[in-house]
Formats: sequence, C-alpha cells, structure tokens
Amino acid sequence: MGVTWDSLVEGEGPEPREIGPLTRTDFVRYQGASGDMNPIHHDEEFAKSAGFPSVFSVGMLQAGVLGCYCTEWLGAENVRRYAVQFREQVWPGDHLRFTAKVVRKYEEGGERRVDLELLATRVESGGAAIKGEATFVVP
Amino acid sequence: MVDKSKVGLTDEPTEMPIERGKIREFAIACMSRNPEYVENKTPVVEPTFLTTANFWMSAGTSPLAQVGMDLKRLLHGGQEYVFHGVPPRAGTELTMQTRVDKIYEKEGKRGGTMTFVETVTEFRDPDGKLVAEARSTAIETGQAPTEAK
Repeated sequence: MGVTWDSLVEGEGPEPREIGPLTRTDFVRYQGASGDMNPIHHDEEFAKSAGFPSVFSVGMLQAGVLGCYCTEWLGAENVRRYAVQFREQVWPGDHLRFTAKVVRKYEEGGERRVDLELLATRVESGGAAIKGEATFVVP
Repeated sequence: MVDKSKVGLTDEPTEMPIERGKIREFAIACMSRNPEYVENKTPVVEPTFLTTANFWMSAGTSPLAQVGMDLKRLLHGGQEYVFHGVPPRAGTELTMQTRVDKIYEKEGKRGGTMTFVETVTEFRDPDGKLVAEARSTAIETGQAPTEAK
C-alpha cells in the first residue's frame, strides 16, 4: 500500500513472501473459514483411499494467501480481477514462495491500471503450485 | 459420473450477506498481513472471499452438486473473480445466482479422460447491479490418481 503509479515498473514486483512448513492445521482452519469441507484435505483415510499418499492442501488456501499478498502491495480496494490456475498439489511440510510482477501498465476508462503475473512456487520441489493473473487500479 | 445435460442449469437467487467477522476469519485463514481486512470497521472482501458463498448455498442442490462429480476424482482446475468496481464491503447484502456454464472433456497425460465443469456465479447488490462474478473450473479425472507427488 502507498504504492505510487510512478514507482510501478513493468517486469518488477514486491519482495517475495515465503510461508511454511504448511500443516494440517492450516488446511483445517482454511476449510472451516471457507466452508469447503472436502474430506480429502483433512481425512487421512479418505485421502489414501482415493490414491493419495496423505491429505493435501486446499488449492484455494494458497490462492487466498497469494491474493492477500497482492492486496498487501496494491490495496484491498483496488483489485478488479484475480484469476488462478492450480498446477502441482501442495503437501503438508511444503514451504511456498509467492511472487508477483507487473506485466502491463496502462490507462483504461479513465483509470490507471496494472496487470500482474503471479506465481506460487513449492520451495522444496521448485514446482509451480499456482500460476495466476490479476488486475488492479492504481488511484 | 458427470451429467452433461446439466449445462445451463441455474439455481434460484440466494442471499449472501457480507460480514465483517467472516472477512476477519478469512484473512487469518489466508495468513493475510494486510491490516485493511482487520482494522477497517467496514473492510472490503479479500480477492477470494466470495468462495465463502458455500455457507449460503443449500448443500446438495447447488448446480455443481447436481452435475454429480466424484469427490475422490475431483480437482480444482482454476478460479477467477472479477470485480466491477471496489470489492463488496462488510454490511453489503449481496444476492447470488450460479449456473453451469460449460462441460467439456480433454485427454489427460495420466488418469485418462478429464471432464471439465465450469460454473459462473453472479453477485448483485440490492439495486440489482452486477458487482462481482466468480468462475470456477472443476475437473473430474478419469481414474483415481496413483502417483500424486
């Protein structure tokens, strides 16, 4: 927040954020908050019976962390679009690293806007957990 | 088993009040460091907050539930939120309506044929103005994954 239009540069973004190790408690707290109680994220027997080695994170948890990472930078009121694609699953014990960068800076409808490219990376494997995009207005 | 005849299925408009406590709870669950969600007395919602619409939909009768996807083979492929202005604030009474927008298949690298189901939820304010839209892509894999890591 407090980011000025002039300080935004295409190809650049805020300091990365790293979280983890993720725990089953993180998954359960998110599930309780979101209302998505799919047992595959907290019921070990259910997850194994579906062929997984253990429970795994809710995609929307890492999407939620990534979204708040963006609004911490550009302001909660300024988001106009936020889109994610889920890639690799995220497992208990994983650390995640969140990054964002401006890919386009422009004016539209009398508003200054930036389009962002977003990434959540699994630190241990290096694989992408989320690839995302966002659009913010810059007052 | 996905029922492709459900494309176009739309539920009844349902209320979704936007509540400050829920925004705070959601911010904590999303490990937010943004004080705007907890210090502001009428905070706007987080970018993914509208997923909590789950609490206001009647379980089992939502359009997605009626498509009949298998939970053990269900993956969340993607999610998009569009806000037509400042995101809704605590205290706003939204009305939402969900439709099954598309159902299609793709061949997966593992796990056989994957079936994609895209649903769209529209959120309107008390004046009927469209304030936000959510598009969700759910994927049913052809078989239970045996190698996940």
